[in-house]
Amino acid sequence: MGEFKVHRVRFFNYVPPGIRCVAYNNQSNRLAVSRTDGTVEIYNLSANYFQEKFFPGHESRATEALCWAQGQRLFSAGLNGEILEYDLQALNIKYAMDAFGGPIWSMIASPSGSQLLIGCEDGSVKLFQITPDKIQFERNFDRQKSSAIRKMIVDRQYMSVSKRKCIVWGVAFLSDGTVISVDSAGKVQFWDSATGTLIKSHLIANADVQSIAVADQEDSFVVGTAEGTVFHFQLVSVTSNSTEKQWVRTKPFQHHTHDVRSVAHSPTALISGGTDTHLVIRPLMEKVEVKNYDAALRKITFPHRRLISCSKKKQLLLFQFAHHLELWRLGSTVATGKNGDTLPLSKNADHLLHLKTKGPENIICSSVSPCGSWIAYSTACRFFLYRLNYEHDNISLKRVSKMPAFLHSALQILFSEDSTKLFVASNQGCLHVIQLLEGSFKHLHTFQPQSGTVEAMCLLAVSPDGNWLAASGTSAGVHVYNVKHLKLHCTVPAYNFPVTALAIAPNTNYLVIAHSDQQVFEYSIPDKQYTEWSRNVQKQGLHHLWLQRDTPITHISFHPKRPMHILLHDAYMFCIIDKSLPLPNDKTVLYNPLPPKNESDVFRRRTAHAFKISKIYKPLLFLDLLDERTLVAVERPLDDIIAQLPPPIKKKKFGT
Amino acid sequence: MAALEEEFTLSAVTLGARPDGLLGVEESDKTDHFLVTDRSRTVILYKVSDQKPLGSWSVKQGQIITCPAVCNFQTGEHIVVHDNKVLRIWNHEDVNLDKVFKATLSAEVHRVHSIQGTEPVVLFKSGAARGLEALLAEPQQKIETVLSDGEVIKWTKFFVVYRHPVLVFITEKDGNHFAYVQMFNSRNLSKYTLLLGQEDNSVTLSFTAYVDRKFIFLMSLSSDGCIYETLIPIYPSDTEKNQRLVRSLLLKAVVSGIPPNGVTLTILDQDHVAVLGPPRPSSKECLSIWNIKFQTLQTSKELPQGTSGQLWYYGEHLFMLHGKCLTVVPCKCGVSSLAGALGKLKHTQDPGTQTMPHHVNWEISPGCGPGSQNSVQLRRTLRRKKNEVSLQPEVAVSEAAVSEQLLSTIKNGSEKHIEVELRKFLAKWTPDSHTAVGDIITGLLERSKAEPSFYPRNCLIQLVQTHVLSYSLCPGLMDTALEKTDVQMLQLCLQQFPDIPESVTCACLKLFLSIGDDSLQGININMESVFDYSNTEQEEKMEEQPEILRNGFNPEDSNCKETASCPVMRKRAALLNAVLHAAYSETFLLPHLKDIPAQDITLFLQYLYFLYLKCSENATMTLPGKHPPTLSQIMDWICLLLDANFTVVLMIPEAKRLLINLYKFVKSQISVYSELNKIEVSFRELQKLNQEKNSRGLYSIEVLELF
Repeated sequence: MGEFKVHRVRFFNYVPPGIRCVAYNNQSNRLAVSRTDGTVEIYNLSANYFQEKFFPGHESRATEALCWAQGQRLFSAGLNGEILEYDLQALNIKYAMDAFGGPIWSMIASPSGSQLLIGCEDGSVKLFQITPDKIQFERNFDRQKSSAIRKMIVDRQYMSVSKRKCIVWGVAFLSDGTVISVDSAGKVQFWDSATGTLIKSHLIANADVQSIAVADQEDSFVVGTAEGTVFHFQLVSVTSNSTEKQWVRTKPFQHHTHDVRSVAHSPTALISGGTDTHLVIRPLMEKVEVKNYDAALRKITFPHRRLISCSKKKQLLLFQFAHHLELWRLGSTVATGKNGDTLPLSKNADHLLHLKTKGPENIICSSVSPCGSWIAYSTACRFFLYRLNYEHDNISLKRVSKMPAFLHSALQILFSEDSTKLFVASNQGCLHVIQLLEGSFKHLHTFQPQSGTVEAMCLLAVSPDGNWLAASGTSAGVHVYNVKHLKLHCTVPAYNFPVTALAIAPNTNYLVIAHSDQQVFEYSIPDKQYTEWSRNVQKQGLHHLWLQRDTPITHISFHPKRPMHILLHDAYMFCIIDKSLPLPNDKTVLYNPLPPKNESDVFRRRTAHAFKISKIYKPLLFLDLLDERTLVAVERPLDDIIAQLPPPIKKKKFGT
Repeated sequence: MAALEEEFTLSAVTLGARPDGLLGVEESDKTDHFLVTDRSRTVILYKVSDQKPLGSWSVKQGQIITCPAVCNFQTGEHIVVHDNKVLRIWNHEDVNLDKVFKATLSAEVHRVHSIQGTEPVVLFKSGAARGLEALLAEPQQKIETVLSDGEVIKWTKFFVVYRHPVLVFITEKDGNHFAYVQMFNSRNLSKYTLLLGQEDNSVTLSFTAYVDRKFIFLMSLSSDGCIYETLIPIYPSDTEKNQRLVRSLLLKAVVSGIPPNGVTLTILDQDHVAVLGPPRPSSKECLSIWNIKFQTLQTSKELPQGTSGQLWYYGEHLFMLHGKCLTVVPCKCGVSSLAGALGKLKHTQDPGTQTMPHHVNWEISPGCGPGSQNSVQLRRTLRRKKNEVSLQPEVAVSEAAVSEQLLSTIKNGSEKHIEVELRKFLAKWTPDSHTAVGDIITGLLERSKAEPSFYPRNCLIQLVQTHVLSYSLCPGLMDTALEKTDVQMLQLCLQQFPDIPESVTCACLKLFLSIGDDSLQGININMESVFDYSNTEQEEKMEEQPEILRNGFNPEDSNCKETASCPVMRKRAALLNAVLHAAYSETFLLPHLKDIPAQDITLFLQYLYFLYLKCSENATMTLPGKHPPTLSQIMDWICLLLDANFTVVLMIPEAKRLLINLYKFVKSQISVYSELNKIEVSFRELQKLNQEKNSRGLYSIEVLELF
């Protein structure tokens, strides 16, 4: 298959922000996750837990509460005192409304979904009516009256349960009148709301119990503690055939090292997230009907989108952080070696540029041009384009001013291979094509979305010859545009699962599409049909181990000299697919890192297959071919992330 | 319960189905995929649940396929033979059969057989058989002739019996039938003559078979409408060639009248067969499912368009040619029960849902899988005993019979006699017959109760060592052993039984502590859990460096020399360890512990303290030896004993010293742990330094070769 020099990069100092809230939507089987920097992510649990949408964060908008209401409308509230509604189609914020109660600590929708309740810093509870396109303030509750509300959660409500001052971090009101509270003393307590008496108390942790979520059937709930433990409580019969039931602590799970700030309870799984930045989805075995790979534990740490772009010509890497960009130049070596060797560096990697954003908003996307002389990035309301000049070791940076008014926010930015064109996907479904000239630009064309759709395009791919542009949204099919004639060329048939990566092969103009269910399709743009190889893959089916991988493919690229090769990677492996070899069937060994020895031809005939997989680099955030013989791999070891997190609650190690 | 579901058609037109039917339907390597070979030139791969063909391959005009295509489960390739001698192997992606791997063989092939778990086997018309790999290595190798002149292969089947591939085929010559069993591991070919009874003018029309571990159960459908069963031993008992096998009647009047295409019999599972043929003279052809265990007709389906007289059954699907269409009838056989056979079983499930067995067969433990159907087999063997006696008398004596025999011996036989019978029983014993073992033990104990002098110790020990007994299965056993102060038996029971009540555990402990040293002397006790405590090597080592604290154990503090010797003899230690290992619940154990005399409590505490000290001597906090008590077991028992008898222990002067030592030792350990907790941060830093040494830098260029 070949020998490569691999630039193994670990200086991408990315730390995912901690998880603050998780909210599960039963209707669409989606999960909304908000992080400490205000980012909100939407995971589609039916599509292999793919992170299909995200809303960039904002420095002043610390989200404290997240909830779904009226079916699939998503609201958040935070410490800036505003309630936000998100537009899940256009991927922007619909509106922000000040609640005039100071920082908001909690929010919940009424069971019918028509009202929204918030708990504010000043101690007031406010009720909002949800109208079809907005929310409307309805009334204010004093503390005494708040018991009239059937089900609510209010943080920071003080109760004098023990001698120490104890903070109740969360409560749940069940329809039978039981109130469950979790508090900073490590207790889960059951109260009778009619008499106000304590029914039962479970001491489950030495530290705070910070979160609680109840299943819709109210027969089970989950709590998360500051020690990183998640406990499952279930309502079970006292004896095998009696109708009397009681709450029993059934299962403890320890998947987190830090505070579990938020938990959610889907019909089949416990979902938890916290300071250690992992989102953990733990299926309940008794609720999972088929014991297949869906029943496995999922731990999601990295975003399912690319944060890194690469200039092949100049060997540059552009790293995207929440509020700044870093540009690095890779080092070089003149040595050669054999498999596994680390070569001596003749030049180390250079940190060329640290570009801070202006304003409080997070960066949505960024890109460096293949020639290395343009950098573009976008926040939620501004678009920036910079021209880089290299003079020996000096770099000068010049911002291209006077961006047109329509270019205020982009979901995805892409430069053409020859760096003369810039493609920008904006969040109303428009695709702008911009001609880049020395130091300036010219707006060439805007592809308007198909009539009636406002779905934002999040993935772009351009063919190396610059003639074709492919764009994909979160649910509809992939659109292919002819850049020369500036018109829509065709639409690849929609598939059930969202697209996770797109790329167009050189020369053949085959569009390779990876979906979140791990399927890979190859579509011939000139012929407007799937290629023979792709049909073959569908007919035979992919190897079961391939389908069982649990991170999506985030990047696809091609070998410039070998048209039969497709290079793709997820967080735990990269793979070169050689289309000329037979596909592996379920009996063949998919992952075979060992070199073939001098074995009989029969054996070779049976083991050689199209998927050449390497799992050396992980977690792998980016991998691309710089030239025929050089790869660049960006890793982010989990230990380095943990080292940057605040220390977890100390636990006694000896004498327990 | 067996049920036929709604049939569906796989294809009507693509098959060039001629009245003489198909060549074969075979499983492919994916579930739900089947290879259909027609009688001329085509092989089609169907996905049955989708009712659509996935691939179709044809040989050239002028060539003709002579044996149904099969799948090589080891490689996923397909194999077919055309023009009797030309073997083709192809992959799913291959389009043209002309361009795929080809091997021309030196003899005519009768069939290629392939099943999961073994390599395919090629059976030649001459009766010789070869593994595929061996054949492909040298395609032109000479094939010997096994069959005599004029002998024709009528029916073949390929099994795997305990990983050994077995090929069985039936031949016919001048109206006589012969069965051949070819073992591939031993390359052993046995020939049997099938005697087809007195009903002379009947012709055998169809065969089917299944295997268990010793026999091939060959069923044949005869032209008189009856199904007969013949048992063919897989492993030939003697070297005498040409043995004769008789058949026995299994079912009567299954079909009547022979349609032009013949009738077919296919076994579905051990209790069900499917028969294709007219049930009454001049009636239309019918597919019927019979329960052979209870001899009842389970269900049937009329096939008005006629069939080709062929029937295949794979994984709950029956395949047949109905009219001109290849038809699939899903067919499910539940566990055979009398209620099910009589149609009295409540059928609560929707037909669409996945079936669960209606009856829990308590004799088959879940997870034992197919190997555990011996209980069914057991009854079956009994019923069939008569037929077998003529064949192999020693096999026919089943374990059930032995156990019956044994039970009757127990009632009045001498101890010696019982032992002999027991040995016979244990030779035939399988883990499923634990109830039989329980019955035998109960019988022995009953007699022992009636006759105080009767105590068949050896027998009881042998039975306990079968590892299938529990306390609840033979409640009297431990009581009797306690009565007879049989400590060896008690130790064995404590080790084996998972469910001993706390009162009995405590009674054992009491006995173990109070029994005299001299009476222990002559008894054979399992010493596995006891380390040789008299070994002083470790102590010497410690005395060399007395300043070092080992896990807080300060020899000067706790008078090491006094306590370092084991307070009990080794045999007693082994017995006490058995108690330490036993499962218990504190609440139930505590009241019983109070009944133990104070002297014994002190002794036991001394022993536990000794073990605790020994534990603390090494870093892992474990005792040496093969199966020693764990630290937590020791600590739990110390706490329990002190809880139960604290006031008593306080009063005894000799226990005072022990308590003080124990207190000091625990205190020193606590202080060590608190010191450890203080320096934990330093440890972590050390660990971090270690990790940093291992981790690479932030940037490197490496060489990677992909294969």
